[in-house]
Amino acid sequence: MRTTQQIKPMVPPTTSIWQHHHILDLDDFTLEEIELVFHTTQAMKEVLSRPIKRVPALRGKTLITLFYEPSTRTRLSFELAAKNLSADAVNLSASASSVAKGESLVDTLSTLQALGADIVVMRHPRSGAPYIATKYMEASIVNAGDGWHAHPTQALLDLYTIYKHKGCLKGLKAVIIGDIMHSRVARSDIWGLTTMGVGVTLCCPPTLLPAGLDRQHHHLPSVSIEPNIELALDGADVVMALRLQLERQQSGLLPSIREYIQLYQLTEARLARAKPDALVFHPGPVNEGVEISPAVAHGPQSVINEQVANGVAVRMALLYLLAGSKKQ
Amino acid sequence: MSTKVIMTQEDIRRTLARIAHEIIERNKVIEHLILVGMHTRGVPLAKRLAANIEDFTGLKIPVGALDISLYRDDLSSLNLQPVVKSTDIPANIDGKSIVLVDDVLYTGRSIRAAMDALTDLGRPQLIQLAVLIDRGHRELPIRADYVGKNMPSSRHEEIQVKLEESDGVDEVAIISMPVVKERQ
Amino acid sequence: MMKPLLIQGGRIIDPSQGIDGIGSLLITEGKISWLGKGEATPPQPDYAVLYAQGLIVCPGFVDLHCHLRQPGFEEKETIATGTKAAARGGFTTICCMPNTNPPLDNQTSVEYVKSKAASEGVVRVLPIGCISKGREGQELAEMGELASAGVIAFSDDGEPALNSHLMRQALAYSHAFDLPIIDHCEDRALTEGGQMNEGIISTKLGLRGIPNAAEEIIVARDLTLAQLTGSRLHIAHTTTEGSVDLIRRAKEKGIKVTAEATPHHLTLTEERVIGYDTNAKVNPPLRTERDIQALIQGLNDNTIDIIATDHAPHTEADKLCEFDLAPFGISGFETALGSLMSLVHDGELSLVTLIAKLTHEPAKIIGNKYVRLGTLAIGASADVALFDPALEWVVDTKAFASKGKNTPLAGERLKGKVMATVSQGKLVYKDESITVKES
Repeated sequence: MRTTQQIKPMVPPTTSIWQHHHILDLDDFTLEEIELVFHTTQAMKEVLSRPIKRVPALRGKTLITLFYEPSTRTRLSFELAAKNLSADAVNLSASASSVAKGESLVDTLSTLQALGADIVVMRHPRSGAPYIATKYMEASIVNAGDGWHAHPTQALLDLYTIYKHKGCLKGLKAVIIGDIMHSRVARSDIWGLTTMGVGVTLCCPPTLLPAGLDRQHHHLPSVSIEPNIELALDGADVVMALRLQLERQQSGLLPSIREYIQLYQLTEARLARAKPDALVFHPGPVNEGVEISPAVAHGPQSVINEQVANGVAVRMALLYLLAGSKKQ
Repeated sequence: MSTKVIMTQEDIRRTLARIAHEIIERNKVIEHLILVGMHTRGVPLAKRLAANIEDFTGLKIPVGALDISLYRDDLSSLNLQPVVKSTDIPANIDGKSIVLVDDVLYTGRSIRAAMDALTDLGRPQLIQLAVLIDRGHRELPIRADYVGKNMPSSRHEEIQVKLEESDGVDEVAIISMPVVKERQ
Repeated sequence: MMKPLLIQGGRIIDPSQGIDGIGSLLITEGKISWLGKGEATPPQPDYAVLYAQGLIVCPGFVDLHCHLRQPGFEEKETIATGTKAAARGGFTTICCMPNTNPPLDNQTSVEYVKSKAASEGVVRVLPIGCISKGREGQELAEMGELASAGVIAFSDDGEPALNSHLMRQALAYSHAFDLPIIDHCEDRALTEGGQMNEGIISTKLGLRGIPNAAEEIIVARDLTLAQLTGSRLHIAHTTTEGSVDLIRRAKEKGIKVTAEATPHHLTLTEERVIGYDTNAKVNPPLRTERDIQALIQGLNDNTIDIIATDHAPHTEADKLCEFDLAPFGISGFETALGSLMSLVHDGELSLVTLIAKLTHEPAKIIGNKYVRLGTLAIGASADVALFDPALEWVVDTKAFASKGKNTPLAGERLKGKVMATVSQGKLVYKDESITVKES
């Protein structure tokens, strides 16, 4: 486990802290790096508060978004982040037709390399796809979500949102509720939260708990498992609800969505067991009435919209930090 | 490597007092003035100048801090990304007279970046520049309005400014790097 | 007529005869004709000499499990390239699995493989026949015909589809031919979509896992059926602690089971997948250190009878894709000895045991129906492997004879290298540092 220290308010650290040429996963970010992201995000927030929300920091750089899965929110967020830093942003949606035409991922990446992309933001349905990009391109690769594996920028904006409200993350209690097995957001959040010293409780049906995290084979000491939602929520500072995909019932992992709602929906009554100032997160898009009640989703403790707003600033910070990195 | 002190604490105090008087003299309407210090050491210098101006005129001049990391023209060639610090200017700069404050004026590129940053933040009527040391070697057509001390230097020398607020002591020194001769 | 060849001055280790000592052996007309201790020289004067000082000289390795891809997948490997790769790895007899296209479920296909091997192969190839027609797991293949055609076992390796009823019939029916059923034990219902070992690493990488239970369930089933039918069962590529336990208990009960483990399952863990190296994607998957320890224990107490490579070549393009989409398989002939020697160097396995598991023990499973294998006895086929147990070398897949460059060991430093291989009396592989004096 990495060292967990109190976050000091805004004392600029040395730049040799930033070690990443790519952002692929959050499990190799140090606490210092995450604090640097917070710090840089604050500066970007200030830029976003100006009448002219633009700085020339990434002028002349080309950022290409390569999305093999549809996504409006995340892609727009990256596009805006790039444009606010004066980079040129180009979108490439690898639609079903180009994949059907037989163009492999490696072919597409080689084309992007030839076109001179500086930063490639990639979303792909298969875990590990961005790692292939790192082998075939000089560009910095930002993982915007790959299969079940990781969504590091989402986790960083979640962590920043907590930081904005709570200041110091160490010692907080976070509960993640839902389909953790298939969630890249959950994984990245787990690594990020534990690095920052947050105690994480995973609450889900046992069939949706991934291997190695269960009670028997416990590899992470600050992660605990609690399948009962009421007990899990006791005293929580942060509650994260995950989207339940409706096909989980078809694959035999759940008897019915109805039962999932009965046992795991985040309702006002259940939320009341958490601390009164607990924050409610959801990575979106929200299945209102399934994993979360509409009242909670739109309620006073929900930071769902703030997550989206913080997303642009956090991504600006990450693009800025990446732009100065060199490939080893 | 040799170090030579060129300004002591007393020298610095006197110089800042003189610059404050010059600022007061040259600006007809002090009420429109804003001092903007450039990170890092320009900020405490700007605060001291504002304190001097208040001593001499009784007027409180707003002091801001400006970070130019996002405006540099040399980001791609750096090995490490400069850490972005906060930009915080407590008043609207439209129509105001800005005095940019920095510790050392050298190539002029930081000042160019600062002017870009200021024009993104608003439309000041006037921008002037106050520096503690001007060491020459300008690469852009930029000059300071208020200069503490002119210190012509060679590229092998480094001007080191220390201030109590950041370094615990007030001192300006010139450090000569040894010129490495080629082995025969 | 080839001149006799004397392999001189090496350390001869032949577990089949209990030999371990410095000496020389003479090969005449494709057979071992003389074996001498120490400085002894053969009675006849006229022979070529291969200097084996500093090398181990042992029977050529016998591989009970490999994939030669021909017919049908010649872009991945052919019998020609596969046997050359085998020779570089010290293997002189290899048994090829029937998951070709067409599969080896009929005499014609088996004859094809045998004739290709005779004309283009450089080492001995013994085919394995299908258990079921077309490998579809519905009806038994014509085992009698396959047995006459020369198969040495039956297997549906690759994508096993057998239900318990058909497996029982297969075991029972094969009894008549005294040929083992080789099973790739995998409960497909539990492994659907699985990519690597199930555990914390698969969770961290976001890949669907293949649990140990999937192997153990079918191992248990097969052992029970082997007991029921009294037939010979061979468990292919055993990988888990649980499987080793089941096999050990079955042997204690007298069930006729033998088992194999591969070099990669004996030396590499699931951590090799970190970084999404598709070259580490194999089925059954690389497991944990604990499983490796159980397998090594199994080798030492004879629960695991043999080591077999499961050489599974793929083209570079095949493996150059998203992890989910890559085929399973590791190209293993040319790194087998080098990687296994790490167990000897670490003191976990003795050199003699290692050689026995690669020669004498697999020969016992194949039996003497066709030819005596895995031995340097006088009169046996001259199949000899020579290796330097201490030579350090770096794995360069570009130098592989196999078309399959898919190994997680690319660029790794190994200690122990095959230096020469003699197959049926012919020198089929020789490192450039080996000198042969004509006379």
